[in-house]
Amino acid sequence: MNTRPTVFLVDDHQMFRSGVRAELGELVEVVGEAGDVESAVEGIRSTAPQVVLLDVHLPGGGGKAVIETLKPELPELVFLALSVSDAAEDVIAVIRAGARGYVTKTISSPELAVAVQRVRDGDAVFSPRLAGFVLDAFAGDAVPDVRDPELDQLSPREREVMRLIARGYTYKELARRLDLSVKTVETHVSAVLRKLQLSSRHELTRWATDRRLI
Amino acid sequence: MSTVRRSCDHRTRMTARRSQFGSLSVPDLLRSTDDRVVAGVCGGLGAQLGIDPMVIRLAMVVLTLANGVGLATYCVAWVLLPEAGPDAPLAPSSPTRRRTTERAAGVGLVTLGTVLLIRQFGLLLPGELVWSVSVCAVGFSIVWTRTSGVNRMRMRDLALGTSVDGARATRSLIFRAVVGGSLLIIGLALLFASGGVLSAVGQLGLAMLATGVGVGLLLGPWIVRLWRDLDTERRHRIRSEERSEMAAHLHDSVLQTLTLIQRHADAPGRARMLARRQERELRAWLFDDRAPVDGAAASLVAALEQIVTEVEDQHEVAVDLVLVGDAPVDRSIDSFVSALREATNNAARHSGAPEVSLYVEVEPERITAFVRDRGAGFDPRAVEPGRLGISGSIVGRMQRLGGKAEVHSTVGEGTEVALEIPRANGTATS
Repeated sequence: MNTRPTVFLVDDHQMFRSGVRAELGELVEVVGEAGDVESAVEGIRSTAPQVVLLDVHLPGGGGKAVIETLKPELPELVFLALSVSDAAEDVIAVIRAGARGYVTKTISSPELAVAVQRVRDGDAVFSPRLAGFVLDAFAGDAVPDVRDPELDQLSPREREVMRLIARGYTYKELARRLDLSVKTVETHVSAVLRKLQLSSRHELTRWATDRRLI
Repeated sequence: MSTVRRSCDHRTRMTARRSQFGSLSVPDLLRSTDDRVVAGVCGGLGAQLGIDPMVIRLAMVVLTLANGVGLATYCVAWVLLPEAGPDAPLAPSSPTRRRTTERAAGVGLVTLGTVLLIRQFGLLLPGELVWSVSVCAVGFSIVWTRTSGVNRMRMRDLALGTSVDGARATRSLIFRAVVGGSLLIIGLALLFASGGVLSAVGQLGLAMLATGVGVGLLLGPWIVRLWRDLDTERRHRIRSEERSEMAAHLHDSVLQTLTLIQRHADAPGRARMLARRQERELRAWLFDDRAPVDGAAASLVAALEQIVTEVEDQHEVAVDLVLVGDAPVDRSIDSFVSALREATNNAARHSGAPEVSLYVEVEPERITAFVRDRGAGFDPRAVEPGRLGISGSIVGRMQRLGGKAEVHSTVGEGTEVALEIPRANGTATS
């Protein structure tokens, strides 16, 4: 798809919203904006965007609440989480609620536009920090009582991909280094995202309790 | 992106502990904050055990007459049991009607048993008094539970003087004065009329009790209100202290930095670094419990954050740190960290890139680190074999530590330095 993605901005910081609108203006089509959970849900329902750029901390329940409200109604809708904070609890919570990616607000505008495009096309966007969390959470390969090996472990290839993302590689550089196509890289990343979202296993829980997230 | 830190969850959540005895569960005992006549003991017990609080109050009254056992129990409970609050909620159990009757009967039997036991020891007050007061109490409780909620509130306000209505306040004052005063008079009369030592003991107990109740009725509401006001005031004070501490900190740091940034608005690199440093400091202040960064770092996380702070401050370059795992710092890890610092400094100084990525992974058998930039790069082969070169000293250092270092660079695309050090049984070999 080469058309501009339609984007809805949700962030309680008005200055930030106008900043993003101004910078992204050419690259994406901003169809609406909102500053809290209620008006975001209403606005998204009425404007039907493809991608929602969603702040994690919002009055009224946070970005998580927006995702949880709208996911059943609009399963095609894609959420890209955006936040100042890159604390583990914020990132993981919003990913597990259903966001397809997470970027921090210090990201440059071209990179943000690329990220929006990527999630619109069905792929996942991982910041290096998020990749680090994933590696941390799924650390340790030989877990004796793995209930669902599909969901609860990273394959060696996936681990490789995550490691390179954590080191700051772009997908293109990654593809070149591992001798894969960019499409394959995207597939691996999406698979990892799915595992992060669905794995309820005690590895993830243990990781979270270690950090006193639970 | 700012540095990685261990996020501590500041909220400590108290969950009601439940010890399982087969299918029975024994909940924490708490005092109620809503259903309270004096201190919420009976209300709390009633709620937790699934019995009508009125029944428990009745039992307490009867046991009080049995040589003050009830009163003693109540006071002990008042002191020991914590109040129910947002952290430790009262478990709202709604048992079936038959269970409540059963439990009430159980309480009644326990009370009767205790009374008879005390009677065995000859410590019981005159039998007629106990039974007549019990009958009165039962009657009162029946009246109380059968009244509608509104009337009950009215009666309670009357007795405790908690209503603010002027006319009603006077009425409640008169009511309390009469009841309290008469109990006081009875108590004193009994005190002076008592003769003989043995009977005096029992009489004295009753007299003291009546006196105590009288005084309590008269002064109770004021004392309770005073106590609650003190508590509220203390909480307000703590809150305003915290607020002024926060204001002072923000004034000293953030406000200053914002002013500086405005002054350096023409030098975007400098402005960006000021903002970044302030962001890091503010984040650390808001979320971290750890001790400040001066002095030797105790863990790898702290050591790496030190590197980030130093390099960012010296070179006006952003360092993005991603860390997987953690390890305590021993001598060889310390040397490893120094080599890492050198590599990061090199990248910041020579690459010309605005950002440097630092990735460190702690595995059981080794620690690996990658310092990456998208700067000018260089051709490793172009370095003359005799000269050390920028990375030569790092490679040498790592080899001396028993690890290894590799440098990959492409002109125009950037450089990556990979460092690795082995660990043996959780500590690195030296």
